[in-house]
Amino acid sequence: MIDKRVKNAEEAVKDIPDNAVLMLGGFGLCGIPENAIQALLQTGVKGLTCISNNAGVDDFGIGLLLKTRQVKKMISSYVGENAEFERQLLQGELEVDLIPQGTLAERVRAGGAGIPAFFTPAGYGTEVAEGKETREFEGKMYLMEEWLRADFSLVKAWKGDTAGNLIFKGTARNFNPMMAAAGKITIAEVEELVPAGELDPNEIHTPGIYVQRIFQGVNYEKRIEQRTVRS
Amino acid sequence: MSLDKIGIAKRIAQEIEDGMYINLGIGIPTLVANYIPDELNVVLQSENGLLGIGSFPTEENVDADLINAGKQTITMRPGSVLFNSSESFGMIRGGHVDLTILGAMEVSENGDIANWKIPGKMVKGMGGAMDLVASAKNIIVAMQHTSRDGESKLLKKCSLPITGLQCVKKIITDLAVIEVRQGGGFQLLERAPGVSVEEIKNATEGELHIDGDIPEMKIN
Repeated sequence: MIDKRVKNAEEAVKDIPDNAVLMLGGFGLCGIPENAIQALLQTGVKGLTCISNNAGVDDFGIGLLLKTRQVKKMISSYVGENAEFERQLLQGELEVDLIPQGTLAERVRAGGAGIPAFFTPAGYGTEVAEGKETREFEGKMYLMEEWLRADFSLVKAWKGDTAGNLIFKGTARNFNPMMAAAGKITIAEVEELVPAGELDPNEIHTPGIYVQRIFQGVNYEKRIEQRTVRS
Repeated sequence: MSLDKIGIAKRIAQEIEDGMYINLGIGIPTLVANYIPDELNVVLQSENGLLGIGSFPTEENVDADLINAGKQTITMRPGSVLFNSSESFGMIRGGHVDLTILGAMEVSENGDIANWKIPGKMVKGMGGAMDLVASAKNIIVAMQHTSRDGESKLLKKCSLPITGLQCVKKIITDLAVIEVRQGGGFQLLERAPGVSVEEIKNATEGELHIDGDIPEMKIN
């Protein structure tokens, strides 16, 4: 088996250059590549375009990279939890492309699957459709959306093996599998890294063919945005 | 008396039928889950990748890897299934979800909905709302009939940026249950307990059709 292991987050992200296009997995703070984000703060790489459903919160997740002004552009569906983000956006310091969540997921999926464009009804008749080709199919209007691909995809899984096969847990799966496939170089961080052969092939969510580098992360905080409990 | 949020949630729960797959939006729609009758078997979809949302966890069962679309910690019901975001929106876009309940800032009399942006003020993004309204078979809107300033939110034409065109089927507000008619116009179906037809008429900017006696909502 091909061994995809790298030592740690620092080694995994060290060649990410200024102005790179990144995909970062996660929904809210659930399933985000915590270690890789920390490592990017260390390398100080700048001018990043980040494709991620959300933009973290002020002091965690992608919010940390916004604070250090390492991000030039965000491509997201919902950024409502981050005051620094909103400030930079209203000041014109940050470029933002807001796109419907299902369209984002499918554009990333298309990128990984070699489909340059597709038609979706989401956003037809709204400002999202401005400048896009529209077409009628069986009496309903659709707009054309193009694939998204990244120079580097940073994903987070629960378990992984040295061959890069990944298993996710709970709703931490979200955008991670599609982003793994849509990155030219995909860096996976996992909570538990095992030798190839230990994971049940029936249970693997993301085949290792999409993953170029894998490491076991450390000190996962897994911050919860809305801790809601029943009394 | 106009309804409070719980009253609106209770009335919406009456729209739910046995066997439905349902997506609940953030806000009042989330509350609806608390009032679905026990004898109905329904499955709640969370667009971040779960069918089978359960109740909130106890303190010791909180799991950071298990949240709903509002980022709240949740549990899973027996028979749940987890999937990725592309699959999740595939089931939404493919019309497999029976009922979508979501909030709105404005609804127009032809069923257009605006609920994602206030230019110059609010730049949070649309999340999954545009995908949901573009494809759902049945959309019910839960909202206050008027804004805090007393302006009607049921309009001839939406003034805010549109989320989706001609998609809303029914609106349940603190004052009334209203259907969007085929071909346009609001049809008054029910009024909140103690609220007069006149009050609803005054709070509705769009064309309101009133046929015969309008019954009061029955809310337990």
